[in-house]
Amino acid sequence: MKNFLIFAEQKNGIIHNVTYELIGKAKELLNNKAGEISVVILGDENMDLPELGYHGANKVYHIEGECFNKPDELLYKENIVPLVNEIKPETFLIGATSFGRSLAPRIAASLKTGLTADCTELKLDENGDLIQIRPAFSDNILAHIKTMTKPQMATIRYKEFNKAQRNEKLYAEIIKIKAYKTTNNLLEILEEIESREFDISDAQVVVSAGKGFKNKEDLSLVYELASLIGGEVGASRKIVDEGYIGKGHQIGYSGNRVKAKIYIACGISGAPQHLAGMKESDIIIAINSDPSAPIFNVADYGIVGDVYKVIPMFIEKLKNS
Amino acid sequence: MNLIVLIKQVPDMEKVKFDSEKGLVDRTSAGVEINPFDLNALEAAVNIGRSIESTITALTMGPPRGEESLKDAIARGADRGILLSDKLFGGADTKATSITLASAIMKMGNADIIFVGEKTVDGDTGQVGAEVAEFLNIAHISYVDEILEVTEEYIKVVSDILGGRFVKKAKYPVLISVTKNLNVPGIPTFKDKIKARKAEIPVWSLEDLKEYVKAEDVGLSGSPTKVKKIEVPKEITRKCKKEKENVEAFLDEIIAEIKKQKVLEA
Repeated sequence: MKNFLIFAEQKNGIIHNVTYELIGKAKELLNNKAGEISVVILGDENMDLPELGYHGANKVYHIEGECFNKPDELLYKENIVPLVNEIKPETFLIGATSFGRSLAPRIAASLKTGLTADCTELKLDENGDLIQIRPAFSDNILAHIKTMTKPQMATIRYKEFNKAQRNEKLYAEIIKIKAYKTTNNLLEILEEIESREFDISDAQVVVSAGKGFKNKEDLSLVYELASLIGGEVGASRKIVDEGYIGKGHQIGYSGNRVKAKIYIACGISGAPQHLAGMKESDIIIAINSDPSAPIFNVADYGIVGDVYKVIPMFIEKLKNS
Repeated sequence: MNLIVLIKQVPDMEKVKFDSEKGLVDRTSAGVEINPFDLNALEAAVNIGRSIESTITALTMGPPRGEESLKDAIARGADRGILLSDKLFGGADTKATSITLASAIMKMGNADIIFVGEKTVDGDTGQVGAEVAEFLNIAHISYVDEILEVTEEYIKVVSDILGGRFVKKAKYPVLISVTKNLNVPGIPTFKDKIKARKAEIPVWSLEDLKEYVKAEDVGLSGSPTKVKKIEVPKEITRKCKKEKENVEAFLDEIIAEIKKQKVLEA
């Protein structure tokens, strides 16, 4: 019997979508054989827990406390570890969000078990053992990894798996747990000074700007193009550093990753750091004045030209089409 | 204050070759350097050292040539370097690596702030920082992109996490994992490099750490995750249509493609 435990990340009571993708994958791996999918979620009353059941979780462990509304890895760990020791899942999956990536190693180290980072695929081998597949060497290789200790822990990238199907006839047993620990003496979280209104990795269409733009005001071209095709605005690190746009828009190896249906790179040369964050998009369109810019090597459609001339033309044509 | 910076020597990624047919990583043509993300961690420590009297120790685990990276760290502002090197440390995954680093930090004693980079460009896990903190039983703060205040008693930083930016304050000891957005690492002068070349780098083996860690917890034997196979994926093939002259007609083709994707709902 295989038992999965999945960590459900929540902010302001909203459960992160990666949770439903992990439930979907766990169901697929169970493949109707005996086994159980449990979810652990920490937070106050204000959460839609039945939703986890509708997506196929069998049990939801809700560790209650307002203290979990802040990203306090230590406090989360102190409360999750006793549960893991009690229910002893074979596999424990955590979304590779920023918080998940920071929390998972603490839990794994505390449990003295192995942890595989940032997986993009999970499979069972011929013995039915879990194989975790992850990119390494800046996304240049895929390593197949097996964990010899239990639970086998892994963080999983968002948008790699399909969400579990929703069915309101399904339900999960909801088990309330009183928080084991609610205060952290080592660290204080004083305030949230900026909250991102959106997560660019959710976007289906992204129009990104790079250093082809000479000042902040000129980005209005990119905003207009994006709004015409229902897209979000992304950016290379360069112009984020320049202060043209907030960090939530940064796309790349050290920013957000997107897997968009359509990605339009405007005035972006295509440094490896940027490509790592967008090259898995379905259709890539690039506009750049330098015909030898590396962005053209990953683009389906490349327009050699000045963004200041090409984008207005693009906008005009979209308005007339 | 005692500031420790964890660094890793990595291959120069621009020069590593990947063979997708054989599934091999060829590092022979690539030189080695300090993991680029670690330079931001080192710079953070050096910055603090400018206003508060500190000893900055760069710590790495790896083969004997890791000494070069520690000398590079000294040229960049560290006061000293310690190399953890032993055949028995080889083949370590993040857990075994973290236990080894944590035990060296225990041996050093009195750490105030331990700085690490967000991740390494080769292993790419970003796990070692938080695991070290757990083994040391201290707090950690991840994705730090701004340091607001440092005093002899506490540090106040901004952590870019959970879809927002949170102000976190910790007493010492604490482990801080920084992003590339935190600072711009300085470039060492020729004089600094010459001086660093003469630095003595102590090498600690398992024997030196035996009070703090067991042999079965380090290296291959202490690593629960095993790499079963390496695959070099083929790049996604792209149309790579490029147009310079007839942009108007090309845009029509592109717009038709966008419409085909049904994202234009209007």
